[in-house]
Amino acid sequence: MSSLSVRSVSKSFGSSVVLSGVSLDVADGSTVSLLGPSGSGKSTLLRIIAGLETLDDGSVLVDGRDMTSSPTHQRGVGVVFQDQALFPHLDVGDNVAFGLRMGGVSRADRSPRVAEVLSVVGLAGYEGRDPSTLSGGEAQRVALARALAPSPRVVLLDEPLAGLDQLLRERLLLELRSIFDSLGVTVVAVTHDPTEAGALGQQVAVLLDGHLAQIDDPGAVLSHPASAAVAGLVGHRNVADGVVRDGGVECLWGRFPAAWSEDGPVSVLVRPDGVGSSLDGTLEGIITGRIFRGGSAFAVVEGDAWPPLDVRAEPAWKVGDRVRLAVAPSSVHVMAR
Amino acid sequence: MDRGVDRHRAPLTRRRVVTAGIFAIPTAFLAVFFLVPATTLVLTGLRDGGSWDLGEVGRVLGSSSTRRVAWFTLWQAAVSTVLTVVVALPAAWIIGRVQMRGRALFAAVLVVPFVLPTVVVGTAFLAVLDRGGPLAGLRQSAAAVILAHVFFNYAVIARTVGAAWAAVDPSTEEAARTLGASRWTAFLTVVLPQLRSALAGAASIVFLFTFTSFGVVKILGGPRIATIEVEIHRVTTELLDLRVAAVLSLLQLAAVIAALALYRRAGVRHGSGRLRSGQSTLHRPVGVERIVVAMTVLSAGALLGAPIASLVWRSFDNASGPGLAYYRALDSVGRGSIAFVPPTEAIRNSLGFGFAAATTALVVGGLAAIGLHRLGGRARGLADSSLMLPLGTSAVTVGLGFLIALDDPPLDLRTSPILIPAAQAIIAVPFVVRTMLPAIDSVPSRLRDAASTLGASPWRVWTNVDLRLLRRPALVAYGFAFAISLGEFGATVFIARADAPTVPVAIFRALGQPGALNIGQAMALSTILLTMTTVVMLVVDRVGDARVGGF
Amino acid sequence: MNRSIRAFAVPLAGLLVIAACGDDDAATGDDGSSNEDVTITLVTHDSFNVSESVFEAFTADTGVNVEVRPAGDAGAVVNQAILTKDDPQGDVLFGIDNTFLSRALDEDLFLAHESPALDRVDDEVELDDEHRVTPIDTGDVCLNYDKAGLAAAGLEPPSTLDELLDPTYAGTLVIENPATSSPGLAFLLATVAEYGEDGWQGYWESLAANDIEVAAGWEEAYYGSFSGSGGSTGDRPVVVSYASSPPAEVIFAEEPLADAPTGVVADSCYRQIEFAGILSGTEHETEAQQLIDFMLSDTFQSDIPLNMFVYPVTDVDLPDEFVQYGVEADDPYLVDADTVARNRDEWIEEWTDIVLR
Repeated sequence: MSSLSVRSVSKSFGSSVVLSGVSLDVADGSTVSLLGPSGSGKSTLLRIIAGLETLDDGSVLVDGRDMTSSPTHQRGVGVVFQDQALFPHLDVGDNVAFGLRMGGVSRADRSPRVAEVLSVVGLAGYEGRDPSTLSGGEAQRVALARALAPSPRVVLLDEPLAGLDQLLRERLLLELRSIFDSLGVTVVAVTHDPTEAGALGQQVAVLLDGHLAQIDDPGAVLSHPASAAVAGLVGHRNVADGVVRDGGVECLWGRFPAAWSEDGPVSVLVRPDGVGSSLDGTLEGIITGRIFRGGSAFAVVEGDAWPPLDVRAEPAWKVGDRVRLAVAPSSVHVMAR
Repeated sequence: MDRGVDRHRAPLTRRRVVTAGIFAIPTAFLAVFFLVPATTLVLTGLRDGGSWDLGEVGRVLGSSSTRRVAWFTLWQAAVSTVLTVVVALPAAWIIGRVQMRGRALFAAVLVVPFVLPTVVVGTAFLAVLDRGGPLAGLRQSAAAVILAHVFFNYAVIARTVGAAWAAVDPSTEEAARTLGASRWTAFLTVVLPQLRSALAGAASIVFLFTFTSFGVVKILGGPRIATIEVEIHRVTTELLDLRVAAVLSLLQLAAVIAALALYRRAGVRHGSGRLRSGQSTLHRPVGVERIVVAMTVLSAGALLGAPIASLVWRSFDNASGPGLAYYRALDSVGRGSIAFVPPTEAIRNSLGFGFAAATTALVVGGLAAIGLHRLGGRARGLADSSLMLPLGTSAVTVGLGFLIALDDPPLDLRTSPILIPAAQAIIAVPFVVRTMLPAIDSVPSRLRDAASTLGASPWRVWTNVDLRLLRRPALVAYGFAFAISLGEFGATVFIARADAPTVPVAIFRALGQPGALNIGQAMALSTILLTMTTVVMLVVDRVGDARVGGF
Repeated sequence: MNRSIRAFAVPLAGLLVIAACGDDDAATGDDGSSNEDVTITLVTHDSFNVSESVFEAFTADTGVNVEVRPAGDAGAVVNQAILTKDDPQGDVLFGIDNTFLSRALDEDLFLAHESPALDRVDDEVELDDEHRVTPIDTGDVCLNYDKAGLAAAGLEPPSTLDELLDPTYAGTLVIENPATSSPGLAFLLATVAEYGEDGWQGYWESLAANDIEVAAGWEEAYYGSFSGSGGSTGDRPVVVSYASSPPAEVIFAEEPLADAPTGVVADSCYRQIEFAGILSGTEHETEAQQLIDFMLSDTFQSDIPLNMFVYPVTDVDLPDEFVQYGVEADDPYLVDADTVARNRDEWIEEWTDIVLR
């Protein structure tokens, strides 16, 4: 496997700028999740890496070699498409063997490789099946097997789990991760789902409006988003405007100590698990709803003079209860506005 | 952006060069075999006497007889087209959706009227419009012409739209049904839009055919009715008045161009249906559907089957009862004269020209369709329309133009045997394009992307993805081209050498003399021709229906 | 060393072969003037036919091969010849008839050739004094009638054009449109010859009022509307066809017939004469003349009736069926070729106005 570098890539369609100066490095054998809302340019970036789209400016390097002007079929990049794009005129075995055939692998050498890759994705013995008879999950695995079969230098996944049901997604997510780990594949996975991004990638690159907003390990993106927009994208709701002044940050939830280099307007994030009920808490409000997220229960608390807060719920809480909340300073994160 | 197709994959200029290269063969072919000859003859006519005479244009266009002919041409073509679409649509549904015994035969037999010489079918048709019968009032009327147009063009709608129907994902219709749409509403709102491009394409061909209709109008319409095409033929062959012929040709051309522009403005977008293969979209008819199937088969039987059956019957109906006397006569009457051909040889000639013409048409039309697929915007619309022009141009114009324009070496093709398949291919190319283009457009671009990421060069993407997925529409197109060639008479008789007569030429020769054996031979040859056609269509359909892929 | 010699030798040998071939070509070119392997092309209509043995005899006599090139119907053949005058498609044209004759002569299509065999041909059919065209056969267009059909209706066969106006013949006649059919035009010309250039219109007004049917062409009229033919489906017992149609009915009958099912109205015939001419662009004038002479020989002339169902212009013996059932009109109608050429289009227009509107 190989390393992938994207250098200052820009792309416009007509007057609309889709990517501006995006740079990204993916180390050999690692996975980067490309996270962004729809329209952020992430699919375009993926297509540019694959050579399916030209770029206006910048370059794409694999193992340090500039591939920018290489045609798609010479890049050695495997792609798993969102809708799988299985060839309807070929059976599963021939779909998986397609890349091997294009690479000049002899018929005799193809079938063991096809069998091997199919068993890696858990579909041993599926060679003769017609793609139209596969379930969504099976089709996705065939698409993956097809992309992996020619041993590509880089694998690109475009929303690999979109359209699958929740249980299947979680199972496939784990399977993908372990397949990539065991094969040591270099992967870029495009997704709009932060959970998927976090589970798949050793690093998450957040793309917003054609800019790379943040690239970090999944935990850091979750706990220390680079901006209010990133925070929103990864699912945070406790975000408000604030001002840094005299070594602290002030917002409607109160004043907290902050290590921020310069005074002025910022965004403030309060992580829900840093908020709790406290008799001497300053924020008094009413519980208006309950949310289950990742096996934990959260309550939405609304006050008169401050924006609603998501709070880790205590077992006794009921909707309509009045509570008094305190925010732990360690759970407050200051971001550029 | 997710539907971002394959734009700008290669640098723009290179893409243009490749597209131009793809168009090179169709362009050269159409130029040599259509454009140059037709233009030459029209210019010869307009320049008659050495100087340009444009006053004639005004005089011809202004005359009341021209206006009457033009008006009749237009309205009968419009009515014929609409009627053909309405009548043949249920048959398209049967071909695309219904699983029933004899479906393949049904689809194959529909093509028969299309290939039989107009004179033969006209005679059979006249027999149906028998004097004593209920349809006697239709003899020698515009209604007879329109009825015959439906008869001749039924297959164009039924088979082309049927092929498209088979490619429409039935789940879209099912989805509409679950959303509360009645069967009929689901058809109108979900299926019909997906068929729109195939329907518009086929209808435009029917329109052009009926607009330039010649034999049917002459034989069935009676002497009081003429289309522009009939007039062009008359003033050219009877009066050799190339000036009037040129003006009428231009008028016809202008009308055809206007019709094509209208067709484009109707906003026909290609590639709405999603191409499927491997999975059958056929189902057994249930409930009301059974009634529709029965009525369609019955009405097709009455409209198409009755004239055909009467023709077949007459080929066996000897003076002393049913027998093969007429078939035996084929191998004996006239033996020893230069015009005599054993029937086997006529069949061989027909099949040979058929293969050559259909292959030529598929290559030329296929390349043109690929080129069109790669073009965008106005250029595509214009190129698309110009490929249809041969259908809108009088055969006699092209034929005579050919004799004048292509008589100098190295292009002295007048006596070349390639002329016949070439002339037939010219007529078939628009069919191929109309059938192939929507199919090429509907190949999901993701599949091409997937193939190229798996290491397939553009050429191998084309051969491994497009070509494979296009096999069925290509076969449909090939079958039609073949059928056109089998039945084609005008060009063949114009340029054929005496030693290679086709079955239609032999039919005409038999019809040229009085006597029971002569008409009997014509019927026998017609029966042979329709059997050949049915067999060819069955084979083509069988190959096309077979599960694509496997190696 | 060896290798380098071979590297030279192979292309050299190739050059020698090419040079030798070149010599060969030149050699054959030298004696190309002899008749040995000349092929001349006979441009004709698609009804042309002749026994294979006939042209074989010609080739055996003269060494000249004949290639037959049909180019559509009679009208199309002439039109094509006119359009390709500067670069003709063949050497001899056969099948131009008296209706199209002036057009062709006006265009200077043909080279003059006075065949020595012309002394065997009736002067009446020699329409060009300069001998640019040579008459080869005559075919009379006549009213044919269905013997059984008329008898069943209690009618006698008409004997003149006038009789067709009688109300008893209402609904019995089918004719061809003169605008689109050559026998149709011939029948119109017959009425012009009978009633005069100013009188035929009145005849047609009356005829049209007597319920006639107009078909587009001979096939539709004869097989579709006429009732008398062995294979026809129609119900009209009188049709415009040829003097040779009854013999053809007998010859092409399915089972031997004792009598022809149809008859010819001898006084209704219009004479069509078919000519051959040497196309002026030919490079084989001598051979073309030989072919024209041959077409007037007994071999060719006696082969005409059974292959093209028209009559020879020389005095050869006719087949039995022609003698028995055919009619050679004594005094057929004929309109002077120039008059036809001058008035044709106008007459057709007039006829159309009278009969069709």
